[in-house]
Amino acid sequence: MSSVPVTPPASDALAVRLAGVHKSFPVKGGSSTVALEDIGLDIGTGEFVSLIGPSGCGKSTLLRIVGDLIEPTAGTVEVNGKPAHQARIDRDYGMVFQAPVLFDWRTVEANVRLPLELMTGAAGADRDRRVREMLDLVGLADFTRHHPHQLSGGMQQRVAIARALVFEPALLLMDEPFGALDEMTRERLNGEVLKVWARTGTTVIFVTHSIPEAVFLSTRVVVMSPRPGRISEIIDIDLPQPRTEETRESERYFELVTQVREALRAQHGGGASAARARAEGGIG
Amino acid sequence: MTVAAEARPGSDAGRPRRDLGSSLMRLVPPVLVFLAAIAIWELATAGTGRRVIPPPSAIVAAMGRESDLLTRSAIATFTEALGGLLIGSVAGIVIGFATARWAVARDILVPLAVGASTIPLIAIAPIIGNWFGVLNPLSKMMMAALLVFFPVVINVIRGLVEVQPAQLELMRSYASSPTEVLRKVRVPNMLPFLFTALKVAATLAFIGAIVAEYFGGTSAVIGRVVLTSMSSGRFDVAWAGIIIGALGALGAYLIVVIAERLIIPWSPSFRA
Repeated sequence: MSSVPVTPPASDALAVRLAGVHKSFPVKGGSSTVALEDIGLDIGTGEFVSLIGPSGCGKSTLLRIVGDLIEPTAGTVEVNGKPAHQARIDRDYGMVFQAPVLFDWRTVEANVRLPLELMTGAAGADRDRRVREMLDLVGLADFTRHHPHQLSGGMQQRVAIARALVFEPALLLMDEPFGALDEMTRERLNGEVLKVWARTGTTVIFVTHSIPEAVFLSTRVVVMSPRPGRISEIIDIDLPQPRTEETRESERYFELVTQVREALRAQHGGGASAARARAEGGIG
Repeated sequence: MTVAAEARPGSDAGRPRRDLGSSLMRLVPPVLVFLAAIAIWELATAGTGRRVIPPPSAIVAAMGRESDLLTRSAIATFTEALGGLLIGSVAGIVIGFATARWAVARDILVPLAVGASTIPLIAIAPIIGNWFGVLNPLSKMMMAALLVFFPVVINVIRGLVEVQPAQLELMRSYASSPTEVLRKVRVPNMLPFLFTALKVAATLAFIGAIVAEYFGGTSAVIGRVVLTSMSSGRFDVAWAGIIIGALGALGAYLIVVIAERLIIPWSPSFRA
């Protein structure tokens, strides 16, 4: 994976293009809270981009706008060169939420198969083969007939990742997928996500509030500031691929972690009190 | 009739499920206590002749003596109760689906259904008898169906509507149609709610049928047997009728429980 670009490539290879994206939510009393303001971001095909920032910075909102799960108030959102809405209709992306969002009544295998059932074209045998491959990839080949409640939280999230990837989407959207897991499990799953990313070549947008996680995984880290949500800095992560456990101990890794931390801290400078005053409307 | 019991899907991931063997083991203590209670009942009432509470042995003897009447009565009453259970459940499911499908209907009908379910429906029994004919078994079925209808309709609506928002968001990310959401998410989500309602409904159906019988009709039914034998002082026969009615309700309840185990073994309600 040494050929992964750390800067956005030419526009014809863009996975996601955001220009002038605004989002405001109405609040009681007729006014509105600005969740996102003037977001512009280009993400190249095959990139792994993390969105990081404190709660309320709109990073999850931005991810949902890319996925056309919510509509921006203004601005353009293109995924694979088409409007986000069309991309959703074409099933161009897979989504992993903070909670695994598995269905109790389906076995692990059937949960992973769900998107294939909804999409015409995949024949039965081909379907089963793809489901098996994905479960293999996330290390759950022995748990196909289990029901979700019989699995640990980390295993459930791996099922969700397998489900998001089983139809080979060009784009993977992950909304704090490991936020509820313990540190050990999180680190192991970080490694697995990178393996999956290397194997599939999928573009990934990854929302997190963990600085080490963002640096370890990403080719670029997008630092966001809250109220209104803005991109305050974009940091190229030039750590060599593939990333391993040694990566976490390398000097460059610590430098980058510090750089991201300082970028986040810089937000608390000048405009902090004004930002806090606006924060009363709260946008989670 | 506040019977809007509901299944509450839990988030207890990772816990082992109770298997059938250990479920049966859990039945041992209550069965022992039950048998002990029967024994005490027998000892406390034995040998004192005809009384308001006859000993169990006298009740069993009455069952043998009156087996012809009791069998015919049991068949008639069970038919009424189970017919009512079927009619009320089907009506509840159909109207539940229709109501959940159209938000406007839901906003209007759910408060009405909840309100109507607080009416003491038993009071309507004479009117229903009048509508469908006191001698017609259908009048008893309709009383049973009326009691069954409300818990079923309320739980079906809740099960179809109370879906985790994240599950709907996931389905939206797949650009799935409302029909697919209904089939793949809402209906399976509703089933534990439905079975919770049916367990309540199974016993309500017997209450409805027997109460309706008290308000008149043919004589070979459990409700009439209890009434007439009470008024002629044959308490053993009355108790035999009561116990047969109870066994019918218990049987219907157990059938629902077994069906639940078979149809939705994944239900959160089976997790300890």
